[in-house]
Amino acid sequence: MNVHEFQAKQLFAQFGVPVPRGKEITSPDAATAWASELNTPVFVVKAQIHAGGRGKAGGVKITKDKTAVAGFAKELIGKTLVTHQTGPKGRQVHRLLMEEGANIAKELYLSILVDRDTGWPTFIASTEGGMEIEEVAAKTPEKIIKEPIDPAVGFQGYNGRNIAFALGLQNIEPTAMNPFIKMLGNLYRLFMEKNCALVEINPLIITKEKTVVALDGKVSFDDNGLFKHEDVQKMRDLNEEEPLEIEATTNNLNYVKLDGNIGCMVNGAGLAMATMDVIKLAGSEPANFLDVGGGATKETVAAGFRILLKDPNVKGIFINIFGGIVRCERIAHGVIEAAKEVKINVPLVVRLQGTNAEEGRKLLADSGLKLDVANDLWEAAQKIVKLTGKAA
Amino acid sequence: MSILVNKNTRVVVQGITGKEGSFHATQCKAYGTKVVAGVTPGKAGQEVEGIPVFNTVADAVKKTEADTSLIFVPPPFCADAILEAADAGIKLVICITEGIPVNDMVKVKRALRGRDVRLIGPNCPGVITVDEAKIGIMPGFIHKKGVVGVVSRSGTLTYEAVHQLSTLGLGETTCVGIGGDPVNGTGFVDVLPLFEKDPETQAIVMIGEIGGDAEEKAAEFIKKNVKKPVVSFIAGITAPPGRRMGHAGAIISGGKGTASEKMRTLEAAGVKVVKNPAEIGEAVKKALGR
Repeated sequence: MNVHEFQAKQLFAQFGVPVPRGKEITSPDAATAWASELNTPVFVVKAQIHAGGRGKAGGVKITKDKTAVAGFAKELIGKTLVTHQTGPKGRQVHRLLMEEGANIAKELYLSILVDRDTGWPTFIASTEGGMEIEEVAAKTPEKIIKEPIDPAVGFQGYNGRNIAFALGLQNIEPTAMNPFIKMLGNLYRLFMEKNCALVEINPLIITKEKTVVALDGKVSFDDNGLFKHEDVQKMRDLNEEEPLEIEATTNNLNYVKLDGNIGCMVNGAGLAMATMDVIKLAGSEPANFLDVGGGATKETVAAGFRILLKDPNVKGIFINIFGGIVRCERIAHGVIEAAKEVKINVPLVVRLQGTNAEEGRKLLADSGLKLDVANDLWEAAQKIVKLTGKAA
Repeated sequence: MSILVNKNTRVVVQGITGKEGSFHATQCKAYGTKVVAGVTPGKAGQEVEGIPVFNTVADAVKKTEADTSLIFVPPPFCADAILEAADAGIKLVICITEGIPVNDMVKVKRALRGRDVRLIGPNCPGVITVDEAKIGIMPGFIHKKGVVGVVSRSGTLTYEAVHQLSTLGLGETTCVGIGGDPVNGTGFVDVLPLFEKDPETQAIVMIGEIGGDAEEKAAEFIKKNVKKPVVSFIAGITAPPGRRMGHAGAIISGGKGTASEKMRTLEAAGVKVVKNPAEIGEAVKKALGR
């Protein structure tokens, strides 16, 4: 789960990571009121959406004029921002972060995540702050500093010194050394205690006043750890999520919307991805990833069906079930059930294999539903692609 | 011969009185696995289908000489359960549970380092040695005794491959699901040498997916150490970057861990990579010259 920059910064402040004074703003009046209270030489107004590249898309405004902030707020709230991360449809802005400006002396990059190779939380740092870190890693890999933290003992002072000296902080600003190392320890604590998947600060700045400040902040959480944190769960912003994906989550389904026109319903993540791949090999594109999971019931299958049919791009549906724990006849019941509720006006190919496959196929064949039944994966994929026509 | 588990493996099922635990303990036993004990705290003295239940893994090990654990406990209690098994002297821990927080696994993996215990999973279908022991949730009947070792990050996709191998008459030796989580106990590089050494295994099927660099590491290992033919499929060539595809591990970040990159690396290491998952079985058949 992702959160907004203003929420990330609230967490930073809570864990002792310095941030500019700022506040979430949802109206021009609130912007004016907060500007008076903030009373600073420079005001920064930042659109809050779950995507990077806001600055280039006009989502960040900087002004010295206290009376200008209301105008910016009016302009940004309700505006749709299109950045390289939002896709062509863009994201509508519902809230802003308004904070004090900072005097930047040096921009750095800092993040922490679990290195899958070692299984250890690892800091990534670079002197190339404010840049796309992927680009830095590709072009100048020597500028990427990695410091793994032993989870048995947690962050130690030497971890901090390793990073600080590698960044050359002793030359950039020696007085910032200790606050920087302390901040790293706090970030590690935040990362572990709140079950984060990623904490990223880009840029982390050294100010002309020689302080260390997180000028931007991105935090995403491990969905599997959310049950431990009610405060984090409350930060979820449904405006930032695909409506069909929200409906899927509510039904315990794993759904990701894509751009093709063949809807897929599959059990198991790996097989679901493989099914998408097979559709592409057969000459078309999948409309989604949908994993009905190991414990699929009649109800979850019916819910999956409704979600697939709500996507206007879907011109055909491919159900691919390999029965293990999931019994094929249950899936067949789900399909029949859903077909009673929702009008299926697109071609449907069902491939059942594994536990009780025969029984499932027979149920479907006897149901009177208009559908094609297949045994083999490749045969099924070719069938559905033929029935829906090639991708446009 | 086989790898990891065989007809002498003695299994304790942690979380045996739960819905999943009791169902699968029964299924495993019916397959012929020696399921000698179950554990649910506070339920010692009960039985599940004739399997005695104990309060702690230590008790179960003492009374039944269990050497392998199969875990079904819910995600919030899994780290605890794995460490309990390790401490009780269990040598092989197979964790089926899906949804364990990554940070819990970070701590577990660190705690198990240097100890004489192997963890398989979490979030995996388990391990089966055909006609000897089924320790997991895979449907036993699709397997057929044969010559192919299977190692995979995915559950149902493994069944798909196994089904093809069995239908073509090739059959399997042992199938190992290593799980789809970003931090897990056993990787491809741990399982590959076991198959290479196993005299019954004549070919290896390796099923990977997007995310991480386990497949790249495997490629490096295969190039240097594996003489047997390896056939591989990597799921997720159509997956868009930055999106999580069900498995917590299946996410492409920053252009790394893409399916095509993995396929290229594996091919360069001499692995036969199939682009169509429906052709895994045929590719193995060809590689074995049958």
